[in-house]
Amino acid sequence: MDARFKPGDVVRVRKAFPLGHIRTPFYIRGHSGVIERICGSFGNPEELAQQRSGEPKQPLYRVRFRQKEVWPDYQGSDADVLEVEIFQHWLE
Amino acid sequence: MKDSGADDGSYQPYSYFQLMEVSLRELLVEKGVLTEAQVTEEVEAMRRRSPAIGARVVAKAWTDPGYKSRLLANGSQACTDLGIDVAALKLVVVENTPGTHNVVVCTLCSCYPRMLLGIPPEWYKSRSYRSRTVREPRAVLSEFGLQLDLDTNIRVHDSTADMRYLVLPMRPAGTEGWSEERLASIVTRDCMIGVAVPKPH
Amino acid sequence: MIERSYHDMGGLPAGKVEPTEHDYVEWERRVDALMVLLSGGKGGKRLMTVDELRKNIEALPPDAYDRMSYYERWVTSITQTMIQRGVITTEELGRKMAELGKRDGRKV
Repeated sequence: MDARFKPGDVVRVRKAFPLGHIRTPFYIRGHSGVIERICGSFGNPEELAQQRSGEPKQPLYRVRFRQKEVWPDYQGSDADVLEVEIFQHWLE
Repeated sequence: MKDSGADDGSYQPYSYFQLMEVSLRELLVEKGVLTEAQVTEEVEAMRRRSPAIGARVVAKAWTDPGYKSRLLANGSQACTDLGIDVAALKLVVVENTPGTHNVVVCTLCSCYPRMLLGIPPEWYKSRSYRSRTVREPRAVLSEFGLQLDLDTNIRVHDSTADMRYLVLPMRPAGTEGWSEERLASIVTRDCMIGVAVPKPH
Repeated sequence: MIERSYHDMGGLPAGKVEPTEHDYVEWERRVDALMVLLSGGKGGKRLMTVDELRKNIEALPPDAYDRMSYYERWVTSITQTMIQRGVITTEELGRKMAELGKRDGRKV
C-alpha cells in the first residue's frame, strides 16, 4: 500500500470509536498534528488481533502534536510535543 | 522443571496463575509445541538482557559521531552493527539536546525496547505512569527528581505500534577523556527511558 | 465513558507515580519466555501474535485488570489465546490444573 502522507503534512486523526483491538489511543482521536516520519508498513494490528493476516501492510507514521492543542489544561512550554505512531487508515 | 523458591522442605500450594502457567507449559510440551529446554534457554536469554546493553550503545554514540548519526538514522541496524541481537526490534533513538528532553511511555500496555533494556520496571507499567506522562510530563518527571525549566522543550513518545524507543541522553560535563566502559557505567535504565539524566560520579 | 476501553488510559487522572521495582520470580520469567516462543521467536512455533496477547488482556474486566499483576494478565491472555486457537481445549486445561493442583507445589 502506498504512503499517502509525507513528513511535514498536516493530518487529523479520525474521530471514530469502534469496537475491537485498536492502537490509536482514545485521547488523540480528532486531533490534528504533523507527520514527523514514515515508519514503514506493518501488518494491521486490528486484524492480527482477530487471527487474520493483517495484510496488506499499512503505512505507519509518527505524528507530532502540540501538547497545548491536545490538552486544554496543559502545563508546560508552548513547544512541548507528543509524538504518537498512527496507522494510515486512522489519518485524514 | 525445577521451580526456584524456598528450599526449606516446606510445600506451598501454587497460586491460581502459577498453576495456570505450569499447566499450560506441560500441555504445550505434551503436544510438541515447545520443549522445557527452549523455555529454560529463553528465560536465561532474557535474564542476560539488561540496561547495560543499552548503555553500551549510548556510550558508543557519545564517543563516535559517525556511529551516533547511524544510530539516529536506523537504530536497529546500528545496534546490530555492535553485535547486539535485536531480533525483530524496530528501534527509534531520540536524542536529548540542550533545548529538548525526551521521555517514553506506552499508554496502551507497556511496550519497551526489551532487547536493549530487559524487562520494564513495575512503575513503567503502572496506571499512574501510563495515564499521566502524556498529559503532564513535567509533573511526572519532577516526581522522579528531574526538574526541567521552560527553556527545555519536552517530547513525549507514546509507543503505540511497532516502533520502540530509546532516549539518547546528553553526555554530561566532567566526563572528558573517559573510556566507553566508564561512560556506560553512568547511563542508567531511567536515563534511557527519559525519567533521569546521567550524572558523573 | 463507555466508548473508552479500560486499558486505554492515556490522559486520565491518576495518582503519584510510585517508583516501584519488582524482582521477577521464575514463573513470571517463564511466562515471558512462553510468549516469545509462541509468537515465533527463538525457533518457537508461531501460534499467536502479540496483538492477540494484547486483545485478550484488554478483554479482562476492569476489576481483574487492576487486581492482577502484569504476568498474571499475560498468562491468562496467553492461555485464553491458546484455547481460542484450538491448541488446547478448556477440558484439557481444567483436567491438567486439577491434576497439578493435587501435586505438591512450591511457591515460585
